[in-house]
Amino acid sequence: MATWKKLEFDNYETTDVLAKAKELDLSNDNLLEMYQTMIRIRLFEEMADKLYALGKVHGTMHLSAGQEAVAVGTGFAIKRSDYLLNHHRGHGHFIASGADVGKMMAEFLGKDTGYCRGHGGSMHIADVTANNLGANGIVGGGIQLAVGVGIAIQMRKTDQLVLTLFGDGATNEGIFHESLNMASIWDLPVLYLCENNKYGMSADITRVSSKLPFKDRALAHDIPGYYIDGNDVLAVYEFIKNAADHIRAGKGPVFVEAQTYRYFGHSKSDRNLYRTKDEIDYFKTEEDPISRFRNLLFTAGILDEKRAGEIRQEEEVNIDKAVEFAENSPEPDVTKLTEWVYA
Amino acid sequence: MPEITYREAIHDAMVEEMRRDETVFLMGEDIGTYGGAFGVSAGMLAEFGPERVRETPISELAIVGAAAGAAMVGMKPIAEMMFMDFVLLALEPLANQAAKARFMFGGKATVPMVLRLPGGSGTGAAAQHSQSLESILMHIPGIKVVAPSTAYDAKGLLISAIRDPNPVCFVEHKLLYKVKGEVPTEEYSIPLGVAEIKHEGSDLTIVTSGIMVQKSLAVAKKLEAEGISVEVVDPRTLRPLDTETIIKSVMKTGRLLVVHEAVKTGGWAGEVIASVSESPAFDYLDTPMRRLAGKDVPIPYNRNLEAAAVPQEADIEAEVRAILSNQY
Repeated sequence: MATWKKLEFDNYETTDVLAKAKELDLSNDNLLEMYQTMIRIRLFEEMADKLYALGKVHGTMHLSAGQEAVAVGTGFAIKRSDYLLNHHRGHGHFIASGADVGKMMAEFLGKDTGYCRGHGGSMHIADVTANNLGANGIVGGGIQLAVGVGIAIQMRKTDQLVLTLFGDGATNEGIFHESLNMASIWDLPVLYLCENNKYGMSADITRVSSKLPFKDRALAHDIPGYYIDGNDVLAVYEFIKNAADHIRAGKGPVFVEAQTYRYFGHSKSDRNLYRTKDEIDYFKTEEDPISRFRNLLFTAGILDEKRAGEIRQEEEVNIDKAVEFAENSPEPDVTKLTEWVYA
Repeated sequence: MPEITYREAIHDAMVEEMRRDETVFLMGEDIGTYGGAFGVSAGMLAEFGPERVRETPISELAIVGAAAGAAMVGMKPIAEMMFMDFVLLALEPLANQAAKARFMFGGKATVPMVLRLPGGSGTGAAAQHSQSLESILMHIPGIKVVAPSTAYDAKGLLISAIRDPNPVCFVEHKLLYKVKGEVPTEEYSIPLGVAEIKHEGSDLTIVTSGIMVQKSLAVAKKLEAEGISVEVVDPRTLRPLDTETIIKSVMKTGRLLVVHEAVKTGGWAGEVIASVSESPAFDYLDTPMRRLAGKDVPIPYNRNLEAAAVPQEADIEAEVRAILSNQY
């Protein structure tokens, strides 16, 4: 992987999980909960893929397997009272922010019990009452909304922030610059998290971007920017926590770019023509965020094979229950098709 | 009742709602010290400060996107596009985010925002600063489109638009800003989606909006002296469209002419005529229903060319006479 890791990360790799946990004030239970959430996301995505193969999913979906450390490191570092604007590959982030996998799975199958009552599907899962302002099917769609949510928070003088997630591809949308500029001039409480998985659909981000890492674009707008290893869950936690503290102190927006990798294709039409099997295998064997964290937890004596097996089993049951709930749920009422066009 | 201008009516609606409701705020380009490109927000910065009269960079996409985001979390933003033409830079957040959030999220979100759009020709501003794009906006479910023709309507409709829980595009005609009309000093509002018969008549119905209401009224008054009775119906809200009032009027007069400044092809006149065609009013028609709309051209610069591109009083009069004499 000659071109891989050619850029230097701003974080130090987590090698001693005990020392790192102490520094970050995380208990062993916290660490195990983070690990278990990563497993939940991986199993959810694998089940989603399976349901699609079985013909039970009507539309497409964008799976995040391989990116669990970004979702979990972030989800554990921000508060439930913060606002979340998700991207189209957002299952992991919702799960990490506490979403009910049953309601997610039901939305997936287009059921009336789903988060959007079958009106949104995988790409638009939202729970506005829980400050989850939705996944977005437009690349960069949430980046613009974040400015307004930031304005609202600032005007109400609350302790909240808005986390806007987007992929590497979104940084080449014009709105990226309009949004960063506005957030910077008004010191808005916006946390920009760029989840760089190397490809915007099939476009290698190094081929379509004038300058990397993207934190330089944030710096150009006078916003602090960091480029970190997105497969190191504690590094993600640390940088997002620090960014959140900076924002809550009224110092304005922060930009974090987390480098990661997706295992599945962009969507269901993807035949992986733009990357090699060797590359995918490399990330799965050498960089996998779950294996890396598990190895650290094993070394530290926090986790062993037995407990790891139990965790996996608990989550398998959890996901199976979610599927059961979704499959047994009713379809939306077709006669109410136009009910929510207008309030 | 005191007379104020259309501009003052819009200004007063914003000021009064901002005094009543602290979640209402205005954002846009040059709206502060400058007072807005057309002076609509003059003096508002001094009263409300830079947070609630938020002057933005020239970033239309982010202005509309930010308005949608703020609205989704309970604020009531009013965003101003300096010219209606610039909304084309911001259709994404309007059409893909604001218009769809409620539906897409299973009825859980509301997006109470107003997008103010100064449109129309007649100022010599040429092709990129003179368009009437309301038909494009009407084609997007989830958005309401309002187009007032008088100071009274402008104030009452804008107050309702601000209070409405949906994204509302508020189309202001630039030539109307200086036009005065009677506006009460006490609080009032006009419900969205309700047309008004601006002039009663029995021979022919003109359905029209914005500046064309003034022109059609002048024609109706002129023809009245000759014993020709023209009814002028102003929908005031283009979406949702008050087809009931239009249909009733056509059943009374038996003739329909729809006049708008927007270009003819794909324009909302077609929507009005289709609605009448589908209704019992079709059987009451004495003549074919007709459209008089902007020519299918960009708005030109030269004064005479510009005037020729959109309906004028003489064109409306000629069209009414043609219909009444079965010459079309």
